[in-house]
Amino acid sequence: MTGTKEHVTTAPQAAPVAGGTPWRGDRLTALAQQHGALVALAILAVVASLSFDSFATTDNLGNIAVSSAFVATVALGMTFVIVCGGIDLSVGSVFALGGVLAAWGSQYGTLVALLLPLAVCALIGLVNGLLVARTGLAPFIVTLASMLAARGLMLALTDEGANTYLVGKDSFFATLGQGKLLGVGTPVWITAVLFLAGAVLLRRTRFGQRVYAVGGNEQAAGLMGAPVARTKITVYTLSGLLAGLAGALNAAYLASGVTILGYGMELDAIAAVVIGGTLLTGGLGYVSGSLVGVLLLKVIQNVINQIGSLDSAYQQVVSGAFLVLVVVAQTWLGRRRRAG
Amino acid sequence: MTELALDKSMFADRHALVAWLQRYGVYLGLGVLLLFNVLFTDHFVSGENFRTQAVQVSPVLIVALGMALAIGTEGIDLSVGAVMALSTSLVSLYLGYGPWLALLVAMAGGAVVGLAGGSLIAVVGVQPIVATLALMVGGRGIALVLLPQLKDVRDPAMSSLGSGDVAGVPYLALIAAALALITGFVVRRTTFGRQLLAIGDSRPAAQLAGLPVRRVLIVVYVCSGVLAAIAGFLATARLQASDPSSLGNLMELSAITAVVVGGTPLSGGRVRIGGTVAGAVLIQLLTATLIKHDLPSSWTQIAQAVVIVLAVYAARERGKR
Repeated sequence: MTGTKEHVTTAPQAAPVAGGTPWRGDRLTALAQQHGALVALAILAVVASLSFDSFATTDNLGNIAVSSAFVATVALGMTFVIVCGGIDLSVGSVFALGGVLAAWGSQYGTLVALLLPLAVCALIGLVNGLLVARTGLAPFIVTLASMLAARGLMLALTDEGANTYLVGKDSFFATLGQGKLLGVGTPVWITAVLFLAGAVLLRRTRFGQRVYAVGGNEQAAGLMGAPVARTKITVYTLSGLLAGLAGALNAAYLASGVTILGYGMELDAIAAVVIGGTLLTGGLGYVSGSLVGVLLLKVIQNVINQIGSLDSAYQQVVSGAFLVLVVVAQTWLGRRRRAG
Repeated sequence: MTELALDKSMFADRHALVAWLQRYGVYLGLGVLLLFNVLFTDHFVSGENFRTQAVQVSPVLIVALGMALAIGTEGIDLSVGAVMALSTSLVSLYLGYGPWLALLVAMAGGAVVGLAGGSLIAVVGVQPIVATLALMVGGRGIALVLLPQLKDVRDPAMSSLGSGDVAGVPYLALIAAALALITGFVVRRTTFGRQLLAIGDSRPAAQLAGLPVRRVLIVVYVCSGVLAAIAGFLATARLQASDPSSLGNLMELSAITAVVVGGTPLSGGRVRIGGTVAGAVLIQLLTATLIKHDLPSSWTQIAQAVVIVLAVYAARERGKR
């Protein structure tokens, strides 16, 4: 969807070199773009703790953390894809497929329960990447197609959703999803480690540098000798892999491969990434911001639940309105930075 | 007719073949699918089957018309499914004042969503996919706030609109065909249509040429919203119920598929309304065929995915003149 011609004319200055070289222009604008979501999250958390006794309890915060962990893992992969100038609409379906494969595989042991979904979902990501990088098809369309295909595959595996595969109660795999370490759920720890690794990968490695370069200006990156196609293929594979892992962990957490999961998850992930300060035009973005974006969306949802009298429909209204607000602000800030 | 001629030397040039396939491939596919069904599907050639398929395809087709306009400007409208949901909620709430008023209110609702999307895109400069994504999330939320659960729609005028026909052709199909003709006329014969295509071809060039870029973009998204609202109204009449939580789900995908399969390039600058109609019918028929031959619905999704990729692949090289 994002026409390449736009990148040629507008993107170059916006791409920061990994390592945080300061750019020309207003530093305050850059700070607002990068940390706006964090400030909003802090304010919301303080207001929520003061307003509701039930908000700042260990149980409630633990619930928010665990339910954020799965979307956050998906959003991590999405961050790489979007920074690289693409988009991945297939993650919701891949998440559901990963869960079903993991639950089915868990009868053969933890290794199968993890490796099977990871392999299949990485393969879907690889196909996405190959189609995007080698044929020049719009990422939006390619991943739309794989969204349908992955959902179809999942339905075929479960006899149109009629079969639910269960995860054995006392298996090590179930512990991965339901266990606790120092009072915090295992999925939260796994997500935290993944985010640390993701941040290092994006900001401190040559691969991360290439992701920024390709997203900032594909032609220029190619001329400078960056392997454009390989970088794109890698980010889509990574996104598929992480969505599959999130699905598998979620299956372990729920003790079954639920077939109706993942609808609209790509939207949640994209929203979180955008709220976190990553530009949808590519070339600029932060792993940490995506994590904050997920938390912000989950806290909004939680606060609406706390209010109680508001039903879940308001969550969508508030999330939508919030997204509009953030996107308008980001566009405005982005334009100021480009002008500066 | 000269363009349709299958000259052998033409196929020596790969680009010519690709261009031909992009333009007429959808009719070719539709022809093959029709032939297959006539030969191998029981009870395919019947008035009842024709009516069923026509009624089912009409809402998708109407939404696809608006989508074709948005894609023609190198944009996209992901909010159409949510607008259908909003429309069905509004119809339920205002049906007490008569179906015409309900339709008007629903169309106004669609226009407001389109206005919001168009303004974000044209004035603020937000990418179409993001602007309409936000409206998609918020729009369905508003629909559910207005009408929290499924509600039966009992109105004689609505039910005769949903199930009636003229000489075997359902009202819904007639309305869809009329809207397609109007949209085709607007794109081909009006100044607005030419401006729309010029913007899709190159927005900076259109701006330099002094075209009213902002106004045209906003009108395009308002049109898309209004068409989606009409589709929501008609779907409500057909189902005789308002279900804001499920009506229009994944509609944006079906509409985009119909437009793209019909030969409209995602890179903008060109709109094929005839192809969009054929694309919508092709997808409807493909689903119906797979179901009639007892293939599970999971396979229709996989088939749809393959069709999308093939169509876009065929369209990619000659996407732009």
